[in-house]
Amino acid sequence: MNIPSKVVEQAVEEFATLPSIGKRSALRFVLHLLKQDPSDLEDLAQAILKLKNDIIYCKSCSNISDKEICDICANLERDHQTICVVEDVRDVMALENTYQYKGLYHVLGGIISPMDGVGPQDLKIEELITRIKTQNIKEIIFALSATMEGDTTNFYIYKRLKDFDVKATVLSRGVAVGDELSYADEVTLGNSIKNRTVFEI
Amino acid sequence: MHLKKLNFINFKNYEDFSLELAEKINCFVGYNGVGKTNVLDGIYYLSNCKSFFNPVDSQNIKEGEEFFVIEGVFSEENQNETIYCGVKKGRKKVFKKGKRSYEKLSEHIGYINTVMISPIDGNLILEGSDVRRKYIDHIISQYNPSYLQDLIKYNKVLAHRNALLKQFKESHTFESSSLEVWDDQLVPLAEKIYAIRKAFIEGFIPVFDKRYKKLSNGLEAPTFTYQSHLEDEDFKNKLKENQKKDRTVGYSTVGIHKDDYVFLLNDKPLKKFGSQGQQKTYLIALKLAHYDFISDKSFHKPILLLDDIYDKLDEKRIKQLMEAVLQKSFGQVFITDTDQNRLKNLFDGKEEVKVFQIANEIPKAIG
Repeated sequence: MNIPSKVVEQAVEEFATLPSIGKRSALRFVLHLLKQDPSDLEDLAQAILKLKNDIIYCKSCSNISDKEICDICANLERDHQTICVVEDVRDVMALENTYQYKGLYHVLGGIISPMDGVGPQDLKIEELITRIKTQNIKEIIFALSATMEGDTTNFYIYKRLKDFDVKATVLSRGVAVGDELSYADEVTLGNSIKNRTVFEI
Repeated sequence: MHLKKLNFINFKNYEDFSLELAEKINCFVGYNGVGKTNVLDGIYYLSNCKSFFNPVDSQNIKEGEEFFVIEGVFSEENQNETIYCGVKKGRKKVFKKGKRSYEKLSEHIGYINTVMISPIDGNLILEGSDVRRKYIDHIISQYNPSYLQDLIKYNKVLAHRNALLKQFKESHTFESSSLEVWDDQLVPLAEKIYAIRKAFIEGFIPVFDKRYKKLSNGLEAPTFTYQSHLEDEDFKNKLKENQKKDRTVGYSTVGIHKDDYVFLLNDKPLKKFGSQGQQKTYLIALKLAHYDFISDKSFHKPILLLDDIYDKLDEKRIKQLMEAVLQKSFGQVFITDTDQNRLKNLFDGKEEVKVFQIANEIPKAIG
């Protein structure tokens, strides 16, 4: 791509480093920004800078927060004996949006995958063990991806838990809402029939 | 189940053609290099989601083009099903049964089975153990879909384990609990795969023996043996024993990914002691036994793809084989030959036979 200005080119390069943004989209953003009021751009730049300067990760669960302890961990109405283990902050938001869970979270920051160079030491696993040791936790819910890497991470943590009196559960796996049964794969369908639940209206 | 109609667009040397095929025997004749084998490979694609010859999909696109499409209409008792395979440069391969795209290609394996007999079968004898493992895995996957799933899983766990061992080696560190979670997953998968391979060999050898004796007039004793690290020891122990070695080299040195099958004739390795003729007879017996075995194990008769069999058999044996394939025990057959009269004479006047001549990149029915 031939860009007549070095300044624009540099801005395009920066935007293109964002996930799922190519050079064309990046150029569209930059040209759009060029048309904006300087004060709007000031606000945008400030918002971006604040991300690194003002955001902190919750000391307890590693969720993103504005305070040292996030609102979820600080909320005394919630169940402080249950921890739901998730891969990243997006999963916390997804689970919060269900309004079905009232316990605490623990954000691992990834899952074990040697092929991607991620080992247990790169994740917040030690922090989780410390919480279980010190915070009178009764149940751990594994809510990681239903992939080999997610399962391996569950398995690794589960092995580390064997000395503690804590119940380990995992999100149920089965036919998705709105799916036709004949299109479900055998493993999913097998799990669904094995882990069937009592019928309720 | 038989292939009723076949369409190619930009596949290998072909630009565009559509053929109506015979339910029983289809012959493709033409000079060297006109693309007879490519027709068989297209049919192989529809069965196995990949080429028999070149595993890189994009390299099977006609030169200068951006994509290829292979489409086949398969028919059974007047019920038609269209299988579609589309490959576009830089895109994911699209494979469809009817209107529905497969999410995983492995789900298609076993729906239409093929057995290919080709001059490059010699690699099974000459090349390393991976070629033989892949071939045997291919046979088992044709009748046992969960085997393929387990194998894919095993290979993924193995890749993670190897990546971890490499990291340990490079950083001079070691953490046994990290390795353990992979070992614990590898062991049951390896044991399952080993048991299935072992059972396969036991069932397959008598079928193979029968085919070989038929071809060689019963004077030689062929067999093959299965060699595995899981043979005489608990695999969990074996993994532990070899952990030090694995850490030194940075990959997994034991497991079913190192299995081999050794071809024997009169108890001697075929690779070293078999004559050219014996090796060829061995291979064709192996492939025909593959055919018999799959016919027996699955609902449908496989499609038999015979590429240049004059390479392997003499005129008399080919005549015997062709008489056999006309019988009920065989389903649909595709044959290539450079000599059009040879096949025509062989099947003279038989209605269930269609002969196509390939010239200028178009196959035409000539009888």
